[in-house]
Amino acid sequence: MTSADLNLILPEIILSLYAMGMLLVAVYTTKDALASTLVFLTAGLMVTLGAWITVHGSGTNVAFNGMLIEDGFARFAKVTILFSAAAVLVMSENYMKQRDLLRFEYPLLVALAAVGMMVMVSAGDLMTLYMGLELQSLALYVVASLRRDSVKSTEAGLKYFVLGALSSGLLLYGASLVYGYAGTTLFSGIIETAQHGDVSLGLLFGLVFLIAGMAFKVSAVPFHMWTPDVYEGAPTPVTAFFATAPKVAAMGLFARVLHDAFGNAVSDWSQIVALLSVCSMFLGAVAAIGQTNIKRLMAFSSIAHMGYALMGLAAGTVLGVQAMLIYMAIYVTMNVGTFAFILMMERDGQPVTDIRALNMYSKKEPGKALAVLVLMFSLAGVPPMLGFFGKFYVLRAAYEGGLAWLAVAGVVASVIGAYYYLRIVFYMYFGDESEEGLDAGGSPILSGFLLVSAAIMVLGIANMFGVEAAAASAAATLVN
Amino acid sequence: MENLLSIVTFIPALAALILLVFLRGDDEDANRNAKWVAMFATSATFLVSLFILAGFDPQDTGFQFVEERDWLLGLQYKMGVDGISVLFVMLTTFMMPLVIAASWNVTLRVKEYMIAFLLLETLMLGVFMALDLVLFYLFFEAGLIPMFLIIGIWGGANRIYASFKFFLYTFLGSVLMLVAMVGMFADAGTTDIEALLRHEFTFSDFSILGVQIVGGMQTLLFLAFFASFAVKMPMWPVHTWLPDAHVQAPTAGSVVLAAILLKLGGYGFIRFSLPMFPVAAEIWSPMILWMSAIAIVYTSLVALVQEDMKKLIAYSSVAHMGFVTMGIFAANQQGVDGAIFQMISHGFISGALFLCVGVIYDRMHTRDIDAYGGLVNRMPAYALIFMLFTMANVGLPGTSGFVGEFLTLMAVFQVNTWVAAVATTGVIFSAAYALWLYRRVVMGDLIKESLKSITDMTPRERWIFAPLVAMTLLLGVYPALVLDVTGPSVAALVANYDTALAAAEAASQLASN
Repeated sequence: MTSADLNLILPEIILSLYAMGMLLVAVYTTKDALASTLVFLTAGLMVTLGAWITVHGSGTNVAFNGMLIEDGFARFAKVTILFSAAAVLVMSENYMKQRDLLRFEYPLLVALAAVGMMVMVSAGDLMTLYMGLELQSLALYVVASLRRDSVKSTEAGLKYFVLGALSSGLLLYGASLVYGYAGTTLFSGIIETAQHGDVSLGLLFGLVFLIAGMAFKVSAVPFHMWTPDVYEGAPTPVTAFFATAPKVAAMGLFARVLHDAFGNAVSDWSQIVALLSVCSMFLGAVAAIGQTNIKRLMAFSSIAHMGYALMGLAAGTVLGVQAMLIYMAIYVTMNVGTFAFILMMERDGQPVTDIRALNMYSKKEPGKALAVLVLMFSLAGVPPMLGFFGKFYVLRAAYEGGLAWLAVAGVVASVIGAYYYLRIVFYMYFGDESEEGLDAGGSPILSGFLLVSAAIMVLGIANMFGVEAAAASAAATLVN
Repeated sequence: MENLLSIVTFIPALAALILLVFLRGDDEDANRNAKWVAMFATSATFLVSLFILAGFDPQDTGFQFVEERDWLLGLQYKMGVDGISVLFVMLTTFMMPLVIAASWNVTLRVKEYMIAFLLLETLMLGVFMALDLVLFYLFFEAGLIPMFLIIGIWGGANRIYASFKFFLYTFLGSVLMLVAMVGMFADAGTTDIEALLRHEFTFSDFSILGVQIVGGMQTLLFLAFFASFAVKMPMWPVHTWLPDAHVQAPTAGSVVLAAILLKLGGYGFIRFSLPMFPVAAEIWSPMILWMSAIAIVYTSLVALVQEDMKKLIAYSSVAHMGFVTMGIFAANQQGVDGAIFQMISHGFISGALFLCVGVIYDRMHTRDIDAYGGLVNRMPAYALIFMLFTMANVGLPGTSGFVGEFLTLMAVFQVNTWVAAVATTGVIFSAAYALWLYRRVVMGDLIKESLKSITDMTPRERWIFAPLVAMTLLLGVYPALVLDVTGPSVAALVANYDTALAAAEAASQLASN
């Protein structure tokens, strides 16, 4: 363990030391009174670390004898994770304080989850992978049941925990099989085993179990059951967090394992991922049609979006990984904006999640309604919004990876999915004024996030703010 | 003026942005300002677009006023016009000020209304000028958003159903085209339409899941594009969204839909299907010709029994678009020329007919044919104008409607006599429904109590119709205005098409020997 190794994981070390230190400080001083400060402090630290990684990181570095890989891909994912986590933290402060939910543990748990995610995306070994995954998951289980006195919230936390434990078990079983047949837990060792001739049946079994475990984390069908309930039950800011950073981390991990450890067996996993993708896209599109709770609706929407991101991954090419990264970056931006809006949905000060409450929102708040309209069309993948370009990239990756049928299935699912996004627009713009609507106003921070996110969806089509090039170089470092 | 096309395209969008950012309030003054800003912007667009027409050289069959800039992922921002697209650009800029003028009486959310129409103009212009596949798709699809809102917010009683049907129907048609575009990108390595026009897509047969695909990749690409454009056109049997959308849309929305949006499909056929996939177009053209003939006869008969004036005109639009697809897939000089001419002329005529309905709808708030009768007694000016456009719709010689129908019928006669024979009967049916409509609404005695106090057209309404009357008659007696511009480009297109077919024929003979 040299100082070079430690240097490489300096952001992770700083963030965990900060989280643990602040935990002590808060416990021994004023406890929850410190919570607001901690939220902004954590967000500030995350943004700083993200900026630091952007500026300082270069090249591909390996630490701890290959157990940790710090390359362009990891940096891209880490920056996305840190920025989105910081955004969600800032968004949740006011909402949670008003509802007396703001505990000092919340920002610190999010910080610890972020550390886990950062370890996940730079894992170079099955052990590192599991460590990161569990750190992230345990923190998430707790924040899901943050509202201790609510049955739904505790149910969400418990459900998430039990199913998450099951998926971790699957993953561990897969990992042990892979270790048994490859003789090593290092990705660099596994990929060499696969290189010599065909992948053995045992290794293939291990791969399948690994994929099942990771599919649970990205909530791909058929491992999606927990998503709607957890999204609905958890406090809305926590839902916003679930829908953003952890998804990026899980997709990053997915790509990392598939390419770094099984990059020589693309044909073996490509079809599995393609199947996950097509099921997710269709289930996400169809099941959301009947939803009236916007949080459940967003849960199915995120299932469908994971399907599209997996489509890029299924291609098994550099372009595929690039498409996936771009898709995730756009997805996270859209979801931050959408959840900023959902956090603002209240009537008489009480949070509302029924989409029928959006009735004629455009009359009361034309600016915000327009921003939501932009986000909805972007989520549906209608040009000229940025969401369309995300879809275009993954379609192209899938087509060039020889999966034309998957591309066709994807666009058909997107038409079905367009229906429920349109329905939100319909309530906002075409509804009748007789019914009771939402309160006007809302915190300026949330409005800011909503408007900026919508503006990015429109203005980003000029050059995507350089994300395209960054994703391209990130993907190139992962796939050789 | 090397950015002329971009300037023309984005003037309306800029005006929409100005309205969005700077116009506050919902009172009388704000509404008036919104209307005048929209009027000014669309008129300015028209005036600037005259420079395109003035600087356009019809003898040059290539693209002119080309602008090129790099964009994301190897795509390009590339705009340009040729003899095929320039007149559609002019049609759009010409119609929009009239559309705004026709919306002068709108009182509901005027600012949003004007923003929607201004954005729609930008997007429609972009479709006709785009020279990059994805840029084309971007404009093509984005047009759905403002139209969805126009139907949904300002539409009639059943507007919700109509707006969803419109959006999802056309969206489904288009996404398959997107996959085809991705395929073309992968095959040709570029999305530049100019380069793609020179690229030859393979047409050797292959089979998928045991099904033999004659024409290979070209057929698949052709069908994907066909799905999109046929819905947009709309062709029988995927026309059913149009009557709903037309009936529920506000008058100005109907005018834009009929005059310009329907032309996107026909333009797409001429720009993509015919020149890029000639072998597949040849394989499928008999089917499309028959579909067109059926469309002409069937929708004319359906129009005959309609009780809603807008629905009747909507069905008559489908029939007229049948002539367009027939002309395009006859794939000879008269056919394509005639199709373009028919589309331009239909833009004026159907736009005017929907405006005619709007005039009496504004007064009586009903579109039922039965609610009218004998209007000539109190509205002589209206009766005259309505008659002119009814005749033009029938295709009376001397009006522009005649030229397009005649050219396309002549073209298809050379290719398939039977289709021509069937389609010609459609002309008779169109006379039947149009004249019968006119008789029931305008002629006879004014016996209905509610109509006793109806007033004739206001000066504003008359001025809206004046340019349309002028264009319909002008093109009717001097069609060379259009044909001189389109002719050389169409000739080049048809020559390329024939060359490609001959080459494909030679290649397959070589292979079989």
